[in-house]
Amino acid sequence: MAGLGADWARDWLLRTAAVIAEHRTELLALDRAIGDGDHGENLDRGFQAVASKLDGAEGTPADLFKLAATTLISTVGGASGPLLGTALLKGSVAVQGREELDSDALVALLTAARDGLVSRGKAEPGDKTMVDAWSPAAIAAGEAATAGASPAEVLAAAAEAAEGGAAATEPLVARKGRASYLGERSAGHRDPGAQSSALILRAAARAAGHP
Amino acid sequence: MKKLVNDPKRVVEESVAGFASAHADLVTASSDPLFIARAGGATRGKVGLVSGGGSGHEPLHAGFVGYGMLDAAVPGPVFTSPTPDPIVAATKAADGGAGVLHIVKNYTGDVLNFETAADLALAEGIEVRAVVTDDDVAVRDSLYTAGRRGVAGTVLVERIAGAAAERGDDLDAVAGIAERVNANVRSMGVALTPCVVPHAGEPSFELADDEIELGIGIHGEPGRTRTKLVSADEVVDLLLDPILADLPFGEGDRTLLFVNGMGGTPLVELYIFFRRAAEVLGERGIAVERSLVGNFVTSLEMQGASITVLKLDDELVELWDSPLHTAALRWGR
Repeated sequence: MAGLGADWARDWLLRTAAVIAEHRTELLALDRAIGDGDHGENLDRGFQAVASKLDGAEGTPADLFKLAATTLISTVGGASGPLLGTALLKGSVAVQGREELDSDALVALLTAARDGLVSRGKAEPGDKTMVDAWSPAAIAAGEAATAGASPAEVLAAAAEAAEGGAAATEPLVARKGRASYLGERSAGHRDPGAQSSALILRAAARAAGHP
Repeated sequence: MKKLVNDPKRVVEESVAGFASAHADLVTASSDPLFIARAGGATRGKVGLVSGGGSGHEPLHAGFVGYGMLDAAVPGPVFTSPTPDPIVAATKAADGGAGVLHIVKNYTGDVLNFETAADLALAEGIEVRAVVTDDDVAVRDSLYTAGRRGVAGTVLVERIAGAAAERGDDLDAVAGIAERVNANVRSMGVALTPCVVPHAGEPSFELADDEIELGIGIHGEPGRTRTKLVSADEVVDLLLDPILADLPFGEGDRTLLFVNGMGGTPLVELYIFFRRAAEVLGERGIAVERSLVGNFVTSLEMQGASITVLKLDDELVELWDSPLHTAALRWGR
């Protein structure tokens, strides 16, 4: 089966910029409820910067992810910039030098991204953070690849698991990030970082041709 | 809300430009990436000290750049951490060849951006250590939160670690002194009013005319409880009890007592606070050997104050007293 190349990586990042812009207000509202109300603004600024940097950029998928990672780190600020930037940076290292990513490479990419988030943010699954989207996504991708799924199917499995993980943050009490200072008052709200991560992973599946 | 600003989006850059112009004998500012460093550059062979964080807390941190304290400061947007790029640039500007200490308040965004910057600086051959301050006793259970916040005690860490660096201590020793100050300092604050972030234009939270918020962080974000306004002496007691119980401070301890204003409370009230706090410490047999009163870690125009108590020993007293020359604090030089 054919792997996913630089065209897919570029399309993923551009689709992400579009979908974050589209959901900017929703993400701001989620963050106002339990954070400091700037998540949609910061991510939108960061991914718009990624989209303009991609214009004319060449190379392997890893090269494009690395460019996106450093752009996010230097433009987003707050906590989500370094977190998503680190995830993409670690993901790019995992698939360094490959022109095309097969199912196993995509699992390596998502797993390294999840591990990067966990080591940078010190959050575990269940702490009500973006890890609650990335962790089930990496696990579901691994299971799909083991069962012989195509690259597009692996990404679809990851996106579905991320969406489920984001929804499952609603009843949780936050244990990391700004929301944690609210304690019990953080329950009943979906985590904005998990929600934006689910949007990002859905964009990856759509870029691979999966609805 | 009336504010003396031009363009709300340019508040930080215009304020930094004014600060650098007013204190040109002490500091120089880079506008892109935005940071403030000592005039005359890094001191050869001395450990460099860099701190930073969201703006709106002035004079923290730029006001503490100068002899005996910081080598560089990185102001982010109002109440938002700076990104790693300016932190790396400030780290390079502060590096005199003996390594650089990052002093970081424990807020998730600050910690993550400084960690990323430290990785990048290391990749460029600069040795970086970080001390994360977390003196705020209002956050009770660090296991289930992002941990205690770094608040006014950060000023004492910056001052004493800065003095150790000026004395010629190496990077491990300066980091060790900073850790020791952080381990022996406790703070708690109160807000009487919210503040208005210039680009938001709305109060950051609601507080009724007769209410106060106890245990606020340096953005006015909630801590422990909201209660009815009581007398100054009673507020002091509500703040000081958790502080003293936490370390704990006890009879025979020697301390530095720091009453910090949040920006909108006049000195006349801060001294009423200090009077009661010193009285309580005296009743408990705790000696106040050094003191600091004023607006040093502010939250824009918020009315409120915080109390910080640092347990002293001979070495910390000597470092505290050593010559200091910054825009916001100066003595012995």
